[in-house]
Amino acid sequence: MAREERDPAHGAEVSRPAKRAASVPRRRDRARELRHRIEAGLPVLLITPSVLAVGIFVYGFISWTVYVSMTRWNDVLPDYTFVGLRNYVGLFQIPRFQADLRNTVVFTVLFLLGAVLLGFFAALLLDQRVKGEAFFRSVFLFPMAISFIVTGIAWQWLFNPQTGINLLLQQAGYAGPLPRWFTDPTIMFGVKVGAIQAGIPVALIPVVIAATWQLSGFTMAMYLAGLRGIPEELREAARVDGASEWQVYRHVVLPLLRPVTLGALIMLGHVSLKIFDLTVAMTGSGPGFATDMPAYFMFETTFRGNQFARGAAIAMLMLIMVAALIIPYLRYSLSREAEP
Amino acid sequence: MKAVRVLIYLALIGLTVFYLLPVYVLFLTGLKSFAEADLLRMWNWPTQPSLASFAKAWEKLALNFMNSVYLVIPATLISSLIGSVNGYILSKWRFRGSEVLFSAILFGIFIPYQSILIPLVNFLQSVGLYGSIPGLVLVHVVYGIPITSLIFRNYYASIPVELVEAAKIDGASLFGIYRWVILPLSQPGFAVVAIWQFTQIWNDFLFAVTVTNKPAQQPITVALQNLAGSQIIEWNVQMAGALLAALPTLLVYVFLGRFFLRGLLAGALKG
Repeated sequence: MAREERDPAHGAEVSRPAKRAASVPRRRDRARELRHRIEAGLPVLLITPSVLAVGIFVYGFISWTVYVSMTRWNDVLPDYTFVGLRNYVGLFQIPRFQADLRNTVVFTVLFLLGAVLLGFFAALLLDQRVKGEAFFRSVFLFPMAISFIVTGIAWQWLFNPQTGINLLLQQAGYAGPLPRWFTDPTIMFGVKVGAIQAGIPVALIPVVIAATWQLSGFTMAMYLAGLRGIPEELREAARVDGASEWQVYRHVVLPLLRPVTLGALIMLGHVSLKIFDLTVAMTGSGPGFATDMPAYFMFETTFRGNQFARGAAIAMLMLIMVAALIIPYLRYSLSREAEP
Repeated sequence: MKAVRVLIYLALIGLTVFYLLPVYVLFLTGLKSFAEADLLRMWNWPTQPSLASFAKAWEKLALNFMNSVYLVIPATLISSLIGSVNGYILSKWRFRGSEVLFSAILFGIFIPYQSILIPLVNFLQSVGLYGSIPGLVLVHVVYGIPITSLIFRNYYASIPVELVEAAKIDGASLFGIYRWVILPLSQPGFAVVAIWQFTQIWNDFLFAVTVTNKPAQQPITVALQNLAGSQIIEWNVQMAGALLAALPTLLVYVFLGRFFLRGLLAGALKG
C-alpha cells in the first residue's frame, strides 16, 4: 500500500521565510503566525469529535461493562455492590454456558473449514479462464448482501425435517432414517466434560452450512483477488522448469496465498465468534442448547432476564475471545503497512 | 483436456445451484397460497402462482420497511461524510500520534457489540432516544466511524501526495484542498462506503432488536423475525416477507456490485 510522505503540516513551516524585511508591518506577521498555528491544530481539531465518540462509545462503554460485570446487578434495579469475579466464576458452572463454549469452538472450526475450502475451490474454478466468470462470481457472492435473518429463514425451511431436503431425499428413493437436522440433540464423539457432553452437536451442522453459504463468497473473492495478484510470469517460469500444473499450484500458488488465508480466517473467525442473528432466526437455542451461542445467551440473560451483571460477564468473555484473535492481526497488518 | 473443462463447468453449475437454492425456495413459496404452502408439497410449482402473499407480507411489514428506510438513509449519509473527513485527515494530515489513534479507532470495527450494549441502552434511555429511529441512526453513525474512516483512509492513500503538495504551494488551506482536490476524486470512495454502510445498517439485527422495543418502531429485520415467531406460521407470507426484506440490498448488489466487492475487501486485505 502506498504510504505518503510524513507530515505536511511541518512542510509549511519550512517554506516560511526565516527573516522578513523590516518594512513589513509586524501585525501581519503575527496574523500569519496565528493562521499557521490554527492550521497546524486543525487536523487534530477535526478528528476530535470522532475520537471522542469512539473513546466514549467504544472504550468508555467497554469499561462500564467491565464494571457492571463485577457487580451484583442481576435484577431489574441496578445494584453496584462490588463482587469481583464472582459472575465470571458462576458462568463457567452453568451448563448452558459450557454448551455455548463448546458450540462456539465447533461452529468456528467447521465454518472456517467450510468457508475456506469452498471459497478456495470456487476461486480456483473461476481462475481457469471460464466463460461467464462475472455471472458465476456474482452468484457466489450475492448472499453476502442479504441479512442473516433472511438466510436463517430460508435455510430453516430447507432443513425442516418434515420437508425441504428430507423431502428430496425421500423422493430420490432414500429409505433409511431421515436426518433430523437442527432438531437432533445428538452430540457426536461426545465425552462428558463438566455438566455437558463435549463433542460435535449434530444440530449445529445445518447452521454451519447456512453460514458457509452466506460467507464463502467472501473467501472466494479474497482468493480470486489473491490469485489474480500472482504474476503470470511466476507460474510460467515454474512450467518452463518442468513443473506440472498441480506442482505449480502446490509449490508456487499456494504459498503465495498464505496471507490471504490468514486474512480470511481472521475476518470470518471474528464473525463466527459473534454469531447471533443466524442462530436466532434459524434455530434459537436448539435441542438441549445444541445450537446456543454466547451472543444469544448474553442477549437473553441481559435483555430478557434482566441479569445485567451476568450478561456483562458473557459480553466481556466474548470481547476477550475476539481481541485475542484480532489484536495480533491488527499489529501484524499495521506493521506490514508501515514498511516502505 | 476437454474432459477437465467439462468438469470445471459442471462444478460451477453445481455451485450455482447451491447458492441460488435458498432464493429459489423463497420465491417458490412466496408465489403460493396459504393452502398450497405446506410441508409435503414444498418443491411443487404453485398451481396458480400469484403475488398475493407478497401483498400480504407488504401489508404486515410496510411500516417496518419504511422504518428501515428512514434509518438507513440518514445514517449512511452522515457516516459516509464523517468517514471521508476522518480518512482525509488520517491519510493526508498525519500528526504525532495519529497512527496510534487510528489503530485505536480500528479496533472498534471488530468488537462484539454485546460488550457495549448495556451502557448503550442506558445512555439512549437517559437522553430520550431509546426505542426510536433517531436513536438507531445515532448508534449506526457512531459505530460506523471505524470502518468508514478505514475505507476512506485507504482510498485517499491512493491519491498522490504531489497533488496535495501542489495545492498547498498554491496556498490552499486544509479545507480548500479537501474541497478542490480530494472531494472531486472521492466519488468511488463514497460509493464503496455508502454501499457498505447501507448493507450493514439495513441488515443489522442486534442493535435493532436491543435499541427498539415497540413493534411500530422496529426496523424490517426485527419485524421479519417476529413474523417467523408468530403462532400460525404462514410459510408463504414469511418467505415473501424475507424476499421483501432482502430486496433493497439485493438491488444495490445487482447494480453496484463492484463497489460492494471493494468494500468487502477493503477491510480485509489492507487491515
